[in-house]
Amino acid sequence: MTELSELTLVEAAAALRAGECTSVALTESVLHRASLTEASVHAYLTIDRQGAMAAAEASDRRIADEKPIGLLDGLPIALKDNMMTRGIETTASSKMLSGYIPPYDGTVVKLLREAGAVFVGKTNLDEFAMGSSTENSAFGPTRNPWNLDTVPGGSSGGSAAAVAAGSALASLGSDTGGSIRQPAALCGLVGMKPTYGLVSRYGLIAFASSLDQIGPLTRSVQDAAVLYEAIAGHDPHDATSFPGPAPSGTERLGAGVEGLRVGVVNELSGEGIDDEVLAAFRSTVDRLANAGAEIVELSLPSTATALSAYYLIAPAECSANLARFDGVRYGLRVEGSTVDEMMSLTRAEGFGAEVIRRILLGTYALSAGYYDAFYGQAQRVRTLIIQEFAAAYEQVDVLVSPTAPAPAFELGAKTQDPLSMYMQDVCTIPSNLSGHPAMSVPVGLSASGLPIGFQVMAPALGETVMFQVAAAIEALSDDIGRPVLEVVAS
Amino acid sequence: MPIDIDIAHVAKLARIELSEQEMAAYRAQLAVILDHAAKVQALPTEGVPPTSHPLDMVNAFRDDVVTPSLDRDEVLSQAPDATDGFFRVPPSLDNE
Repeated sequence: MTELSELTLVEAAAALRAGECTSVALTESVLHRASLTEASVHAYLTIDRQGAMAAAEASDRRIADEKPIGLLDGLPIALKDNMMTRGIETTASSKMLSGYIPPYDGTVVKLLREAGAVFVGKTNLDEFAMGSSTENSAFGPTRNPWNLDTVPGGSSGGSAAAVAAGSALASLGSDTGGSIRQPAALCGLVGMKPTYGLVSRYGLIAFASSLDQIGPLTRSVQDAAVLYEAIAGHDPHDATSFPGPAPSGTERLGAGVEGLRVGVVNELSGEGIDDEVLAAFRSTVDRLANAGAEIVELSLPSTATALSAYYLIAPAECSANLARFDGVRYGLRVEGSTVDEMMSLTRAEGFGAEVIRRILLGTYALSAGYYDAFYGQAQRVRTLIIQEFAAAYEQVDVLVSPTAPAPAFELGAKTQDPLSMYMQDVCTIPSNLSGHPAMSVPVGLSASGLPIGFQVMAPALGETVMFQVAAAIEALSDDIGRPVLEVVAS
Repeated sequence: MPIDIDIAHVAKLARIELSEQEMAAYRAQLAVILDHAAKVQALPTEGVPPTSHPLDMVNAFRDDVVTPSLDRDEVLSQAPDATDGFFRVPPSLDNE
């Protein structure tokens, strides 16, 4: 039998309901796996063994007593460490929040608790979710279970590595410019960013508020759809939360792509994309065509400026959001003789280099004399991107592109050159700027055995058709298998 | 192009104490990033409204219902310094 830690959410839920295993056994299996893999992978910042086992025992009692059980009852799931968990340290991988214990649960955490989920722990990320490799963590990098010399992507690299390594069945990440989809691609997983506003951001430590969105990282498209449905919905605590009902993720899984129109974005599937990634992309497009989809080549010229617009909008919003870390209410304080000095010393000590870089960039872009030329102009470019997407979606049901420009790169390869790191997100950023849903599905391995992801994008609230196409791609693709990870007991 | 950034002024606005060496490094990196970001200025956007929220939503109000606040002691337990139910900070003005 497959190791319990290797099951999908849907398989594990069925096994629990059929009495073939217990939540305690499932949870022990992933915790055991973590004890073998963490020394080399470092997916977690905190593992809550005690809390996880207590939640698993409670779930088993609910099942034994035939009490009502939740959709995710007894399933061990990991949370990115920028989501507030009451009573459990939450750091966003920053020295600024080392030792911080939140006084409340974020909305997604509350929803998963109510659905019966078991929280294994909090996963590593680039500090405050700023980065594409998880090397910017103040607590050390995470490594890719497919090849320990390479990065897992980022910023949700710990959430991706945990699911790939078997130390969680699924996880939640957050995506501001590709931070769920790019690590999913690099770690051979399904990763999904919902339409902006569908999932509450209450209790998500904010990076760029008009772009941030929480979503699932899973081993199957169906798992992603189930987990997405569990966290989507209106929340009065988030003023940007969409007031209507969230579209179904699971409704059209298995419906195929016959008659659907699939648009290939020329600007995102040519120049700057690795040859092997392009070959896997083209082969998947061919398979979709053979399965009955109509393929339309499309040009979205303003996506070429999306990266530039993003690197004005995201830092500007980050500089405003991170102003709250000033040594007064929570986190680090470095003493100074005046409040100003205390704040300046605290922020210099608490933030890492990439965070400081983005705060400075954002402060500059918002400062007197530059606001309209930079931030204002970037917001107008954002409108142009949305208009172009809207025109494209009059012709097609979904758009597709590679997820990341190349498979996983080696640790240290891009840390000295911020711009080359930023290029990692060139295919994923347009959907954050437009607020549209997008997801990555694994479609193959490179010659050196590293996963390659395929991105499906859909119009706002187009989750149902996006999952439909993603499930078809999953069914049409060869199974990439699981990473072979040499482990030593720690 | 304003590539010559007054980094000391920006750092002061951002309340981050930086050494001369750090300022020089950040100034150079920001210049490269801004040079790339300036591509947005090449696009004609006359008459295009700015987007701050991608969905067409107006003000969202929640029902005016009193609900429990966070526990004050639990919140203050995370403060670097707190006294008598307040956050405590150093003087905001010089003593002179």
